[in-house]
Amino acid sequence: MAALLWLIPALPFAGALLLVLFGSRLPRALVTAIGVGSVGISAAITLLLGFEYLSERPAFYHQELWNWFSVAGFSPSVAFHLDALSMVFIFVITFVGFLIHVYSTEYMADDPDYTRFFACMNLFVGSMLVLVLADNLLLLYLGWEGVGLCSYLLIGFWYKEPANGYAARKAFLITRVGDTAMAIGLFMLFQTFGTLHIQSISTEAVQVWDAGAKMAVIVAFLLLGGAVGKSGQLPLQTWLPDAMAGPTPVSALIHAATMVTAGVYLIARMHVLFELAPAAQMAVAVIGAVTLLLAGCAALTQYDLKRVLAYSTISQIGYMFLALGVGAWSAAVFHFMIHGFFKALLFLCAGAIILALHHEQDMRRMGGLQKKLPVVFWTFLIGAASLAAVPLVSAGFYSKDQILWLQLAGENGNVWLYLAGLLGAFITSIYTFRMVFITFYGESKTHVGHQPTLAIRVPLIVLAVLSLAGGFIELPHNFGHVVLFSDFLSPILPAVSVVPDFSRYEWMLQLLAAVVSLSGIFIAYLIYLKKPDLRASLHRSDLAMAVHRFWHSGWGFDKLYDMLLVHPYVFLAKVNKQDVVDSFYTFVARLTESFHLLFTRSQSGLLRNYVMGIVVGAIMILTITILL
Amino acid sequence: MILLWLIVLLLAGGLLAWIAQRWHTASPRWIALFTVLTALLLTLMLWFNTGASPTGSAWLLQLELPWIPQWGVGFSLALDGLSLLMLSLTFFLGLLAVLISWREIQSKVGFFHFNLLWVLAGIAGVFLAMDLFLFYFFWEVMLIPMYFLIGIWGHENRRYAAYKFFIFTQASGLLMLLAILGLYFIHGNQTGTFTFNYFELLNTTLAPAAARFLMFGFLAAFLVKLPVVPFHSWLPDAHSQAPTAGSVILAGLLLKTGAYGLLRFVLPLFPTATVEFAPWAMLLGVIGIIYGAILAFSQTDLKRLVAYTSVSHMGFVILGVFAFNEWALQGVVMQMITHGLSTGALFILAGFLYERLHTRDIRQMGGFWATAPKMAVVALVFVMASLGLPGLGNFIAEFLTLVGAWQANNWLTVFATIGLVMATAYSLRIMQKIFLEKNLEQTVLPDMNVREMLIAAPMLVLILWLGLYPQPVLDLAKPAIEAQLQAYNKPSVPQEVEPVSQTALYLPAADSVYFQNLKGAFYERK
Repeated sequence: MAALLWLIPALPFAGALLLVLFGSRLPRALVTAIGVGSVGISAAITLLLGFEYLSERPAFYHQELWNWFSVAGFSPSVAFHLDALSMVFIFVITFVGFLIHVYSTEYMADDPDYTRFFACMNLFVGSMLVLVLADNLLLLYLGWEGVGLCSYLLIGFWYKEPANGYAARKAFLITRVGDTAMAIGLFMLFQTFGTLHIQSISTEAVQVWDAGAKMAVIVAFLLLGGAVGKSGQLPLQTWLPDAMAGPTPVSALIHAATMVTAGVYLIARMHVLFELAPAAQMAVAVIGAVTLLLAGCAALTQYDLKRVLAYSTISQIGYMFLALGVGAWSAAVFHFMIHGFFKALLFLCAGAIILALHHEQDMRRMGGLQKKLPVVFWTFLIGAASLAAVPLVSAGFYSKDQILWLQLAGENGNVWLYLAGLLGAFITSIYTFRMVFITFYGESKTHVGHQPTLAIRVPLIVLAVLSLAGGFIELPHNFGHVVLFSDFLSPILPAVSVVPDFSRYEWMLQLLAAVVSLSGIFIAYLIYLKKPDLRASLHRSDLAMAVHRFWHSGWGFDKLYDMLLVHPYVFLAKVNKQDVVDSFYTFVARLTESFHLLFTRSQSGLLRNYVMGIVVGAIMILTITILL
Repeated sequence: MILLWLIVLLLAGGLLAWIAQRWHTASPRWIALFTVLTALLLTLMLWFNTGASPTGSAWLLQLELPWIPQWGVGFSLALDGLSLLMLSLTFFLGLLAVLISWREIQSKVGFFHFNLLWVLAGIAGVFLAMDLFLFYFFWEVMLIPMYFLIGIWGHENRRYAAYKFFIFTQASGLLMLLAILGLYFIHGNQTGTFTFNYFELLNTTLAPAAARFLMFGFLAAFLVKLPVVPFHSWLPDAHSQAPTAGSVILAGLLLKTGAYGLLRFVLPLFPTATVEFAPWAMLLGVIGIIYGAILAFSQTDLKRLVAYTSVSHMGFVILGVFAFNEWALQGVVMQMITHGLSTGALFILAGFLYERLHTRDIRQMGGFWATAPKMAVVALVFVMASLGLPGLGNFIAEFLTLVGAWQANNWLTVFATIGLVMATAYSLRIMQKIFLEKNLEQTVLPDMNVREMLIAAPMLVLILWLGLYPQPVLDLAKPAIEAQLQAYNKPSVPQEVEPVSQTALYLPAADSVYFQNLKGAFYERK
């Protein structure tokens, strides 16, 4: 079975290639079969491989396809490395990816560019799989840039609208800034280790570098740069809200469940490096904490349903970074998986709503959908409960609680990080249920057109089940104590060292988290459903509205970057369009030309002038000779 | 001998094409196609037959014929992996150049193909010549037909562009000629044999000051050709005014002769002087990368835009050449090939668009994906190649160059890497302005036809192949690169320099062997 590993990324690639080459000539049913089928078979192989992996429990499967190139000892291969960490990722990518592909067959049914959509989606899934299966950082980089390309293509999928193209380019450019940092990190790693093979680097790094070595810190920061760019964390988060310009299944797959968590994967994969660089690891936690708060506040003020979810994604990835920053590697990966389920679910529900309301995305024009779209309502509610970490029943509670708990219990954590996480949880449950109440309750404002059929309903229900039940594979010590997930990852990702004797406080903290979550929901209920006056009074306050506008604009980052970077660059380019260097050569040419004009005048054909010239010249030469 | 036949074939094919126009207007096209195809097949045959040299020498084939023995000029050609790669690229792009001119060129068809084939002959000669006199000769042979190609079949401002191109390359070429002569006399003085032979001149011992001067002479020609900022300003004009075939040959091949010259002549001839100059050269490279990228971003003329991306990409070449290690040099060789393909493809696309729209102004384009999806996909691939997307050949080139450059100079490499972000900005702009957004003028752009697909398909396959499995190319280039680097891998022993060498340039002194001989001859005659 392990020999089939290569098929997992190869099938989506093959699907994309077929669709690009012959797509325009194929009937739609065949396009669907290729587009959905390729990912479906990949998912099936992943499941089979997963069962085999669980029963055999090898350290990893390794498969080398070919030697990419080999220059003076630098010899990366196109080779795949499947261990528990990549197992979790490929499971989410292929399985959630498959559900989203199924969903897309209905969502995109009326689009004239149906084939192009599936070609890009398949290409994305293939690249993402390469990213998480690569056994060396260069191949990882290939997947990394590949998903960036697909993200660009899919954000700008409806290319006729210039704003979509702008969002797409913005996403590509900003993530490329991070990628550049990462590339420099790769140069340094290669210089030190002579290879980019991940396992070799992980084993050798401990011997070559002491904890806190300068090189290790720099490299870790550079890799963090790449992670921050891809995962939409501060300070490179500004592209993600705009990325919602793409079709909703794209947002679900790329900008919620998979690609944006590539940064989390990278840090978890290179955790040895980050352990050697405490400063960088602390930075990961701080970035996570700050991002989750800023993005949470921004989410509170958005009216576009998808933008709320986008900011929510940034914020939730902030939680993952928070976990990574304190060394709670498996908690981060656990939250990645659960988040993948519920966020994909929420996006798909949002898509169903948008489709039903004739591409209306503004929540102010929704309302009363509870009765009209019951399946969507219930599944959205489940997703929202998971996002808001409603205690006991939702998977999000268990994954988020673990992260919060380890902020205090873990040795690297501290109380500030914990408080940031807790405050973030409070904000999260407010904005989540703000969405629920505005969208599904109150009076109906827009006519409901399209009722979701099977292709939309089934993915929603499957993801809803996972968003509820997914949490039960990892339960806290004092509550069932199931550690299936962290056990599974333990060969790859070391456990957090916990402060001794701290666990007696665990139930108190859990209670606190539960109270915070529920009170957030209650506040949302008060403001957005029960007491509209409260909301009206908020709207009357100038200060509140100023804050609202500031948060709505995503804390003004876009403006800041435009002012500091974009405008100066564009200005510089515009000013120098004619190339100032060329003016020097033009000047030389002009000078020659004017001399030419000057001397042609002397060629008058008048003999006396020539004689005069000869005489003057002779006198000058004589004078010079005598003087010298 | 086959090396000689390759060049003779092109020269003869060119003449024949010119003459054949009298019989039939289409015949020059077929003659040119047949000639270049034969040359390409011969080169590929060489590739598959020679393989690795059994003796361990980098040289696969050598040819030595006397030419002007009195001056020590020989007709000496030699082929190693590097030349073989460059020849393959030359004939491949040459073939495409013939194909894309099929429709575009309608006037003076015979003379056009004469010039086209003679440029190719000159380029092939440059890649093969192992005699500096002969090298200079071919350097000129490729210049003059190119001048005609731009000046006769170019766009609206062709005269200006052709003059500019000619003056820049000619002036810098003359400096190289001076340096060649200087080297010739110094070597002659030292050894008593006056020769232009490359292999003999490699053993010349040079005083540091003399080496510096001679190196600058060679650099002048190569840096202008490459081009390096601030000597680049001929390029945007020449590239944008030339007919499509001319642009492809300029960007794909002529620029590469500069890079080739650096590798073949500057590195091995002046090992100490280049090491001194290396940080400055790398700085020039980085400036080129960034400056070219900024200028590319602001252009509205599609061909001018692509021309400036060439300036930016060629910055990587000089950055890598002066890093003096195998990673960087392999990166440079890859860059020469992949840039030839990707930029060539972008110029070809610009040609396709011009044929349909009669404009190169991207402000008048937009939304063409809807009616020309095939062209859009092809453009997407090459735009991605130009921004260095992994999986395509240019990535391997740039990554290897940067890895190598990093070993030599950290900060400059950081700035060069930032150039990749800028490359993203201008590359995406190409896609955006031409194929995305709204179709403002409601132009219905016909998609690529079969002939055009036949041109694009091999380029697509090659750029993907080079991105996923570049090893055959790297293997072929390896011995040649190691040979160029020999002088740098030796433990650095300070070279023995004659103490008398205070003058900047070794000119034949009055008592030198050369003058003694001359004097002897003179008195005998008296």
